[in-house]
Amino acid sequence: MTDSSSDSAATGELLLSLRGICKNFGAVSALTDIDLDVHAGEVVALVGDNGAGKSTLVKILSGVHRPTSGTIQVRGQEVSLPNPSASLAIGIATVFQDLALCENLDVVANIFLGKELNPLQLDEVGMEIRSWKLLNELSARIPSVREAVASLSGGQRQTVAIARSLLLDPRIILLDEPTAALGVAQTAEVLNLIERVRDRGLGVVMISHNMEDVRAVADRIVVLRLGKNNGVFYPDASNAELVGAITGASDNSVSRRAGRKAEANLTGDAQP
Amino acid sequence: MSNNVDKQQQLLDRADVRVKHEAGIGGAISAFLDRVRSGDLGALPVVVGLVVIWTVFTTLNPIFLSSTNLVNLLFDSSTVGVIALGVVLMLMVGEIDLSIGSVSGFASALLGVLWVNHGWPVPLAILGALAVGGLIGYIYAQLYNRFGMPSFVATLAGLLAVLGLQLYILGGTGSINLPYGSPLVNFGQLLTMPQPIAYGLAALPGIAMLVTGYRTSARRREAGLSSKSLGGVLFFAVVVTLGLELAVAYLNTSRGVPWMFALFVLLVVGMNYALTRTQWGRSMTAVGGNREAARRAGINVKAIYTSAFVFCAMFAALGGMLAAARLASASQQAGTGDVNLNAIAAAVIGGTSLFGGRGSAYSALLGIIVIQSIANGLTLLDLSSSLRYMITGGVLAVAVIVDSLARRSRVMHGRA
Repeated sequence: MTDSSSDSAATGELLLSLRGICKNFGAVSALTDIDLDVHAGEVVALVGDNGAGKSTLVKILSGVHRPTSGTIQVRGQEVSLPNPSASLAIGIATVFQDLALCENLDVVANIFLGKELNPLQLDEVGMEIRSWKLLNELSARIPSVREAVASLSGGQRQTVAIARSLLLDPRIILLDEPTAALGVAQTAEVLNLIERVRDRGLGVVMISHNMEDVRAVADRIVVLRLGKNNGVFYPDASNAELVGAITGASDNSVSRRAGRKAEANLTGDAQP
Repeated sequence: MSNNVDKQQQLLDRADVRVKHEAGIGGAISAFLDRVRSGDLGALPVVVGLVVIWTVFTTLNPIFLSSTNLVNLLFDSSTVGVIALGVVLMLMVGEIDLSIGSVSGFASALLGVLWVNHGWPVPLAILGALAVGGLIGYIYAQLYNRFGMPSFVATLAGLLAVLGLQLYILGGTGSINLPYGSPLVNFGQLLTMPQPIAYGLAALPGIAMLVTGYRTSARRREAGLSSKSLGGVLFFAVVVTLGLELAVAYLNTSRGVPWMFALFVLLVVGMNYALTRTQWGRSMTAVGGNREAARRAGINVKAIYTSAFVFCAMFAALGGMLAAARLASASQQAGTGDVNLNAIAAAVIGGTSLFGGRGSAYSALLGIIVIQSIANGLTLLDLSSSLRYMITGGVLAVAVIVDSLARRSRVMHGRA
């Protein structure tokens, strides 16, 4: 009950905690008994093979899908996320893998979609200035914010989607494959940005297939495999360990032991 | 923000060297040509079409361009034009309402029954019919949102059901005459603006362009953004004002500008503001462009659909009542025949895309003038309605082909 004092910057506070999340699509169990904790000032990387359930988990957190069972707690309070606006209102911003941009609108309109300044007489100049500032923060290479998004390249669209997620000063940012379509410089900028956001005391959940990126910024690496938790690693884990956990190729006592050790460390951290 | 940054500091939105930035009037024109080439046609096809149609009809019968005939044209355009305005809303969100004709006929019948038969005061009868129209739209919205019924089917069912209602409330007589000389009928048939008022109103758009253009430019300069040259703003304002004043002067040589047309234009301008300058309008465009993206951005998509259905049916009801005032009667024929298709055709011909997410309130105005010009010109030539239907159908087909081709070209040029 201390959330009235704006202490989101206090590193280590438990922002988000999932317990026993299950999601079934018909007969398919996309997620089974997923547990996940995200602390303030922490980057959690979600890795796993295709079909491991990473995107499904993100969609549950962003209010696109509802979990079949399980609880979601945000800052100690149990919440339900029936729709995307509930998720946004609670401070969870998402950059979706398919970006979810409106191609017929320009960049400014997309960044401010759903939260336009001055709803009855749109403040176009104010929105344009804010958009440029957000984009410049990301060192974005957007030729013009008054062009329809349809005319932008994949990487530019990605930057727009990330800029949009930052607009509302969220507590938790979910990034689904944020660097997949980006060039070298933009990838570095996004990784810098993730670190800046973390240092501001936000919790970041990042999905990525790129182990280098994951290792570069993640404080904790959560592996999903076939819709189940398959171990928690730290950036110093070897590639073989990670790949083993992701693919299940070395699902043996060694990897299980590493996973258990990691869990034990984590729970030790969580209650200082 | 430090003062030491050199004065030649680049404008915030002009930092990228790859983008061409056109300046001044010449720049505006070449940017326009560029847009057209890539399939962003805007109002161009309809303006070209209008010039062709007017040229053809004037050469066939010089009366067509006479002031008296044009005033008539404006009277006739206003009724279906208001209905087309509602269609623009539906097309914006990528849906359609096929029952607008029936709703307009039902509203006119309701007006007749409430006013003439039951002796309600006119304003109350109008409000009642508008409310019933809104209710019909609300029912469509519920069918769409709750049961996922395609708007095409829901409104097709509504077309029949509402027509049935219209015939039912008109009962055995089949038609109700609205009293001649009543303010509503005068409004629909006779009332035109006094000349000074017409000239004054025609000057407003130019003044508004100047004021908003100047204010926006000032704000953008202050904020370090590029701004339009004031010369360009002034140039366009003068062109628009001159054009409008000349048109008004020509209409004033006979009866002048109909008040009913002024009401229509007022609705168009208001709708344009709502669509382009409010959050609601932005949400409408977003829902039409990418429904799922709009939902994920936190927009209440169902509410947006509901607003589109309700406003469309209310505009249809209003248009139907204006048509009743124009004809001084509410009959079983009201709203049947080509009303439905004319309204939809007007919106499409005016440049609102059938595919959603693209359109403008002005397309209702431009489109209905094209449609009415054809109807009016063919009537002047004493051609039967069989030919009129065929030609209007042909023009609609051409408009849809232009829309589809332009859309394909936009996709190829990355303008979607």
